[in-house]
Amino acid sequence: MRLTFPHMGLLSLPVETLLNGLGHEAVPAPPTNKRTFELGAKYSPEGACLPFKINLGNFIEALELGAEGILMGGGLGPCRFGYYAQVQQRILADLGFRFQMFLLEPLGGERQELYRTLQMLLAKVPVFQAMAAFRLACRKIRWVDRGNALLRSMLPRSKDRVKAQRSYERFLGAMREEKTPEKFGAHYRELEGELRADLWPEAEPPLRVKIIGEIYMVLEPRVNFHLEMLLGEMGVEVVRAMSVSQWVEEHLFGFFYPHHRRRTVLLSGPFLPSFVGGHGRETIAEMVDAGVNRLDGVIQVLPFTCMPEIVAQSIAPAVSATYRLPCLTLVLDEHSAEAGVLTRLEAFVDLLRRRRAVRTEAGRVPSGVPG
Amino acid sequence: MEDGVYLGVDVGSVSTNLVVMEPGGRISKKVYLRTEGNPIASVQKAFREVAPEFAGVKVLGVGVTGSGRQLIGAITGADVIKNEITAQGVAALQAYPEVRTVLEIGGQDSKIILIENGVAVDFGMNTVCAAGTGSFLDQQAHRLNLSIAEFGQIALRSKNPVRIAGRCSVFAESDMIHKQQMGHSLEDIVAGLCAALVRNYLNNVAKGKEIRPPVLFQGGVAANAGIKRAFEQELGHQVMVPEYYDTMGAWGCALLAQEERAAYGKSRFRGFQLTEEEIRVSGFECVDCPNRCEVVEVKIDQRPLAGWGDRCGKWQRINAEATG
Repeated sequence: MRLTFPHMGLLSLPVETLLNGLGHEAVPAPPTNKRTFELGAKYSPEGACLPFKINLGNFIEALELGAEGILMGGGLGPCRFGYYAQVQQRILADLGFRFQMFLLEPLGGERQELYRTLQMLLAKVPVFQAMAAFRLACRKIRWVDRGNALLRSMLPRSKDRVKAQRSYERFLGAMREEKTPEKFGAHYRELEGELRADLWPEAEPPLRVKIIGEIYMVLEPRVNFHLEMLLGEMGVEVVRAMSVSQWVEEHLFGFFYPHHRRRTVLLSGPFLPSFVGGHGRETIAEMVDAGVNRLDGVIQVLPFTCMPEIVAQSIAPAVSATYRLPCLTLVLDEHSAEAGVLTRLEAFVDLLRRRRAVRTEAGRVPSGVPG
Repeated sequence: MEDGVYLGVDVGSVSTNLVVMEPGGRISKKVYLRTEGNPIASVQKAFREVAPEFAGVKVLGVGVTGSGRQLIGAITGADVIKNEITAQGVAALQAYPEVRTVLEIGGQDSKIILIENGVAVDFGMNTVCAAGTGSFLDQQAHRLNLSIAEFGQIALRSKNPVRIAGRCSVFAESDMIHKQQMGHSLEDIVAGLCAALVRNYLNNVAKGKEIRPPVLFQGGVAANAGIKRAFEQELGHQVMVPEYYDTMGAWGCALLAQEERAAYGKSRFRGFQLTEEEIRVSGFECVDCPNRCEVVEVKIDQRPLAGWGDRCGKWQRINAEATG
């Protein structure tokens, strides 16, 4: 079947690999662009969050390219995402598109839906081949995420930041095409070599800022104004716990990785002892983690009207005060303007720089140790 | 200390400010003009106003801030191009070194800066709503045929402010008109509007932030005594308005230019002749790669001076070569 799926950061790399390996044809939507925003905003309920709108825009653009089926995630708990697929399905049907919607519900969600989706996905190839495709996709996203983390740590130290980003894009291109898992590591090492060849000698460690918040807004550079690249270009090392591979481990296979959940519950416990849906609890947990590890600051990114993140936002000042950790909250939607985001980021980075300079001078923190 | 002056320019949505600062921080001249949608012309005009007096004086450094900072930074040859938040914070600390909270309401944005031991530790800025900023107050004052200063004085006379819906500026306006038609007095309506804007500010911009005294209130809107009093009533302690409340951004970046001078010892200022040059700005879509960046190019007397908007840095680089 010609299948499409929503874009979310690097997600398309493993999903394309998986679908093609399962004998389907992946029809990825064009990378999220101005038209995606326009289509999504036009046909979505005004109050829905930006991820809903962009997903819908992606689907429309992919259906125009001839996709016959849509593979979409499901969800549990008090975040509206759990109903997105159903609402999007009806909107698209009303627009006259003919397609089938397949839901990847988490275990513990709608069993029948999950069964139906798996049946469709696995219909084309023998089980052993499906297993191999799945393993390939998992390994691919791990390496891709590793490359992304490498860029985030190297970019602030790069002599030529444009060149570093070019190298990274070449790496992504090569990984997208690569079908031999043994070569993933070679591509990664090639990227590492290129990045390391062009670094300033280690002086003062760069500012370290952690990105937290709603997963889609965090992982999709095309909706967050390339936040991580902007910060990297300002000389900031971006740290984040969230990634596609982490999401797969936690969301789809949480059963095999119970320590992820235990860590979240443990860290967020003193501030937010209950599940508020989405990644509200993770946001607080990661903020506490940033405080404990003495990062310079955190940036919370959320789509306008996101309930779980609003809960986290109102708890953030308490975490900020406890760990003396500055937090910048960016609320984004299709009306957000780049200039505003840039101004806030610049001001935040300035604040962190001045703060560190004073701390270092005061001798409370020996130089060379991230304060 | 070197002889000369530092220049600070704040190009905002509503006003363009220029300050001439002596080394050390004293302001010897300030110019406050309306931007009127034309940042280049208003900056040229501002420079023309100070040129006769200072043309013979050595300019030690130039700092630029405000929403037009990139463009004006290129045109003037600024040494520091800074965001408004940093600039405002630096100026507030210069005015009152012991300040803990800075409330700033400008033409189109409002911010809060929290300061501990002389360093900004947190800030907030309006994100999804601009109700309650200067341009709305401006509009309403205009509609009621009042100047901003009068507006505040009238509000102070009110004994019984009416409640105005303050979340959205358009609804606030309909509510005000409604209250007028109902026969409420002008001062009660104006005072009600001030209270509504302060509530909106505290609920949006300052949400979750602890406002500790001493509190400084700056930005163009600080001229409005009604808003100042509404803040004091809502916060329960005194709010100070610094002397240069309406040019704090410009002053802050002049101070930053002084810091920069201390570190690098020279200035890139292009000179006062910029008031007479023909400055052209054009935008185009670069088609060299699929990013399709919207590039802006500035030309002075036909020579390219600066460019930006490109993700790859090509246009920025071409211009760096052109200017050396």
